[in-house]
Amino acid sequence: MRMEDGREIFDRAAVRRHRDRAAPLVGQVRPVLEAAAERLLDRLDDTTKRFTRALDIGGRGVVAPMLRARGIETVSLDLSARMAALGGGPAVAADEEFLPFGAESFDLVVANLSLHWVNDLPGALIQLRRALRPEGLFLASLPALGTLDALRTALAEAEAALTGGAAPRTSPLVDLRDAAGLLQRAGFSLPVADLDEIDLAYADPLTLLRDLRAAGETNALRERDRRIPHRALFPMALAALPEREGRVPVRLRIAMLTGWG
Amino acid sequence: MTDTTTDAPAPPVPLDPRLLEILVCPLTKGPLEYDAAAGELVSRRAGLAYPIRDGIPIMLVEEARKLDG
Repeated sequence: MRMEDGREIFDRAAVRRHRDRAAPLVGQVRPVLEAAAERLLDRLDDTTKRFTRALDIGGRGVVAPMLRARGIETVSLDLSARMAALGGGPAVAADEEFLPFGAESFDLVVANLSLHWVNDLPGALIQLRRALRPEGLFLASLPALGTLDALRTALAEAEAALTGGAAPRTSPLVDLRDAAGLLQRAGFSLPVADLDEIDLAYADPLTLLRDLRAAGETNALRERDRRIPHRALFPMALAALPEREGRVPVRLRIAMLTGWG
Repeated sequence: MTDTTTDAPAPPVPLDPRLLEILVCPLTKGPLEYDAAAGELVSRRAGLAYPIRDGIPIMLVEEARKLDG
């Protein structure tokens, strides 16, 4: 994503570092990643087409084994080599904005919760479409607007109370309507974007922050505040999260994108 | 995973032949030459050699070696 003046929003070197660090921890968040991946791959059952060569983008060791279980040969790509290696098969460290694959290399591309730290999403989608064979399928899940809203609000309010300002601490998210338009502009046929929701409940809200880190989802905004935050910030924000029956409910809103090559 | 740090000189792990078929230079989208001895994928057009570490090609410009001349 870019600012209006053309500056990049995300610090890709930071994204890569966060994913490198998260690689050994990602097992912690495996159930969430699996839930999203299962719902995404359910779309494969809606078609009679058989797929043979897949590209797994940012699948964090979850998606590639699921594809292979369906008999599909799979290559894993991640900005972090360590994270790509978790795929358990052929792996490539690369940037989605500079895709290193020739035209028509795959008949299936799957990006499970992994394209939201890309600066130039339209550009990445165009390159992915080119890497796809005609009649190949592109499947992506993206955290959509509304995800982690309570956490965003709590962080902003706690920070305003403590320092009188608010630093950007969470990634901007895609609007469902924009998502289908993006696919269309990238040249995909029959683009569809629909919304899925995954409900989580945390007994200790601190675990939510730990899980985000384990998923490699630490703040990588270029304009992020690099100073150590006020020590009361996170406790105060987490204490303000709404509870239900002693647990903090967290709803992930996930845009499920499908498009044909 | 092994403990070898990415900078340590180790005998290169061969590249999966299936990857060799589909990989191109991320900058030029042009062809790559596989230098198995050096453990590199060379893009003449971009003047860059991309390292292969533990069998994983690192197709990132910031990690690539600039070719002389």
